[in-house]
Amino acid sequence: MTAATGTPTKPGAAADDADKNPTPPAKRARGETLFFALRSKKFLVSATILLVLAFIAIFGPLIDSTDPVAQGGLPMRHPTLELGNWFGSTYFGDDVFSQFANGLRASFFVGFLGGGLAAVIGMGVGFVAGYRGGWLDEILNMITNIFLVIPTLAVLLVITSYLAARGVLFEAVFVGLFSWPWAARAIRAQTFSLRSREFIDLAKLSGRSGWKVILFEIAPNMSSYLFLTYILLFGGAILLAASLDFIGLGPTGGVSLGLMMYNSVTYGAALQLGIWWWFIPPGIGIIALVGALYVMNVGLDEIFNPKLRDI
Amino acid sequence: MRRYFGRKLLTYLITFFVAATIDWMIPRFMPGDPIAVLVAKTNGISSQSAQYLVDYYNNLFGLNKPLPVQFLNFWSSLLHGNLGLSIYGDGTPVTQMIMAAVPYTLALLIPSILLSWWAGNSFGALAARRRWLDNTILPVGYVLTATPYMWLAIVLSFVLSFSLRIFPLSGGYGFNLEPTLTWLFFTDLVAHWVLPFMSLFLVMFGGWAIGMRNMIIYELESDYSRYLAALGAPQGLIRKYAFRNAMLPQITGLALQLGVIVAGALVTEIVFSYPGLGHLVFQAIENEDYFLLQGIFLFIIVGVLLANFIVDIVYVIVDPRTRVAMRGGTA
Amino acid sequence: MSLQVSDLRVYYRTLAGDVQALDGATFSIADKEIMGLAGESGCGKSTLGNSLIRLDGRMKYVAGSVTLDGNSLPVWDNDGMNEFRFRDVSVIPQYAMSAMNPTRKIGTMIAELLESRGESYKEIRPELMRRIDLVGLQPDVLSRYPIELSGGMKQRMVMVISTLLDPSLLIADEITSALDVSTQRAVAETLVSFRDHGFVKSMMVITHDVSILYQTADTILIMYAGKLAEKAPTKTIIEDPRHPYTRMLISSLPEVGVRYANKKLSGIPGSPPALLNPPTGCRFRARCPLAFDKCAEEPPFIEIAGDHSVACWKATRADA
Repeated sequence: MTAATGTPTKPGAAADDADKNPTPPAKRARGETLFFALRSKKFLVSATILLVLAFIAIFGPLIDSTDPVAQGGLPMRHPTLELGNWFGSTYFGDDVFSQFANGLRASFFVGFLGGGLAAVIGMGVGFVAGYRGGWLDEILNMITNIFLVIPTLAVLLVITSYLAARGVLFEAVFVGLFSWPWAARAIRAQTFSLRSREFIDLAKLSGRSGWKVILFEIAPNMSSYLFLTYILLFGGAILLAASLDFIGLGPTGGVSLGLMMYNSVTYGAALQLGIWWWFIPPGIGIIALVGALYVMNVGLDEIFNPKLRDI
Repeated sequence: MRRYFGRKLLTYLITFFVAATIDWMIPRFMPGDPIAVLVAKTNGISSQSAQYLVDYYNNLFGLNKPLPVQFLNFWSSLLHGNLGLSIYGDGTPVTQMIMAAVPYTLALLIPSILLSWWAGNSFGALAARRRWLDNTILPVGYVLTATPYMWLAIVLSFVLSFSLRIFPLSGGYGFNLEPTLTWLFFTDLVAHWVLPFMSLFLVMFGGWAIGMRNMIIYELESDYSRYLAALGAPQGLIRKYAFRNAMLPQITGLALQLGVIVAGALVTEIVFSYPGLGHLVFQAIENEDYFLLQGIFLFIIVGVLLANFIVDIVYVIVDPRTRVAMRGGTA
Repeated sequence: MSLQVSDLRVYYRTLAGDVQALDGATFSIADKEIMGLAGESGCGKSTLGNSLIRLDGRMKYVAGSVTLDGNSLPVWDNDGMNEFRFRDVSVIPQYAMSAMNPTRKIGTMIAELLESRGESYKEIRPELMRRIDLVGLQPDVLSRYPIELSGGMKQRMVMVISTLLDPSLLIADEITSALDVSTQRAVAETLVSFRDHGFVKSMMVITHDVSILYQTADTILIMYAGKLAEKAPTKTIIEDPRHPYTRMLISSLPEVGVRYANKKLSGIPGSPPALLNPPTGCRFRARCPLAFDKCAEEPPFIEIAGDHSVACWKATRADA
């Protein structure tokens, strides 16, 4: 009955469904996916949070255009409704909201780019290893395992500490370069299980090259899975970058949520002076952003995977 | 069995080799001249003294020798446990400084990992059983697992130490105390330990709870669960099996998470000025103490590799399938 | 009469509406009878099998009654059915290869299952050992994990487990489809021997591969598009089928006893109607070479001779 849940009109076709159907199984009605998406509380809540955060990240710096690191304003102001002081000011007189909005921007950027880079590497390694198999798989597997056990933050520590000037772009790239291994491993396993399906054989028999089979047959069939992986990499990259910032290896001269926490605790004496409005927003921002991504991951999983739905 | 562990061990040795090589390469091959960067960071010195510093650093890193020789020298001193001298520690051997910090880090990591794993899995399994628990634990779990370790540490410190004064502000023990085997010192040690431990515990707890809850739901959909249900087995038995089987990926998950957890411990220690490796990392960066930083890096790598190996062993003990596969492999 | 099913209707809930996967089944299985249940995939045969033991999450009981040995089975009530499962109705699922908990020794799993049902493993164990021997397994399988067994061994082990409490009715759901030809034959023979040994009173063997039933089943029930098409003794179904669908089904097979390797019944042009909004009248009408005006009315499933029921206007008339 396993497969019956996927194609409700064909109850009982489980065992022979896979080998009889040369058409890819992923082609379920788009309408059904949308229907479940609009019914999923997890999806709706997380999507709303992400939209709000994206709005702040995009328009926040335009509405409150105070230079986030100008250090010119009145220090340690409590949050007020006045524009330019919504979240108060820091020990150095910077506008916290402006820092927050710009920091959120940086977080989206790091997640988007760092997560994206990790996803690309992970897919490349995972697809090739899973599809080709053999010695290539062995080697890629070994490389993946090596990168998997090396603690990412530790490597980034050593690398970034030697860089005199660090930008957000740089940070995103380094984070991406070191956070792909688990994705590669997961994608490899998925590819491996798809490889032996009949529609892949058909594609191979029709003379398509390995890359074309991967790009046009395997990847589309895993698209929902790949998307879920990307979401997790996105969130992971944000958290990793925040830790790096907090250790003191964040973008030099830039703004980020991690740097806000770093500056407030190490230089701004925010704990001693009780400037809570300085370190609370970046944390809430990261939790909302990463938490929403994680919840969306599970929500989408339930939407894509009919086994997890309860009707 | 031997083949399996041999393979694992080989991977770990290669990993260590790669990590150590990265460690060696970075000061030598980074774009730009790290020595120049180092010197440039020393403000307002004459060009003469600058040249002197460049020579000094070159000599220090052994950069004036051919690369292969440098590489061999590096390994030779590494294998002798010589990681250089610390600038921050006024010439104390790096190894010695790390050894002094490690007990603190382990005292945070080991209890927080084990307890959060146990508690998170239990709650996650409970959540999969009752809807109201699912509706409460799940959101809390997502918030916790998305929380940056340092932020929770900051908030706990702000509320419980700075505002309510329930716990001491920072450090591993009171400034007025000397490490002695007294009850007073011990209680003080524990009081300083509680908040960093809590920060680590809570964030990890969220992750395990969610992981378990999602795993168990997959297991309850599996064929063996359906077969038991078709034979009229009570929910209790089906859930028991699902729980046990869902634990296994959680053990693998622990291995995968180790790097992130260690990173969490580092930043948590920074918040509390807790005298473990994280605090040392912070000082090393602030003082541009590269020997110390690189030494800590290698040390963390070794620690994580060891922990991975322990998880491998535990997994083999817990999952009969791996044992069976191994028996087949050696027979 | 061991099993009596009357007007059983079970639908599948989908977004688009209810799929009428099993739309009014009335039949019976006698004591000692092995009934084969065949039809194309999607004809509702697995739904019928499932509805007699456990409806899965998306199945919805609509109407009908099931009586086993004089007791009414509460098929609509998942908890109420628990008492009957295993003891009175049991199943060899089509996923037999993965039906056993992979991380439990088989013996431990059986013990825990039995104890959870209030049976004593200790008392049953001698009989268990006897049956393990009977199906050609070694006694030490009980101390092994499922992955240590081959596919065929797992299949036989599940057969032993499912029948351990001597159920009155055993449902074997597509149990041969994952096996090679020689193993299939062995499994079929084992099923018959289980009946002959009295481990099960009667049996329902669900398959899309009619040829497997020739050597196993006493009677065969053919389903088409959620409805019963024809039921008769195996010999009659093969030699004198009355429903046009059965005829085409039988003639599309190359030869009696030869396995028609895993192919769809491609010999019949067209495809079954969608069961979301099934057409009125005979559901085979669109593909039937004999279709005529009367087929716009639904043909009743009636007995045209002893033990031979057909749902076809032509068949009824030809015999009358």
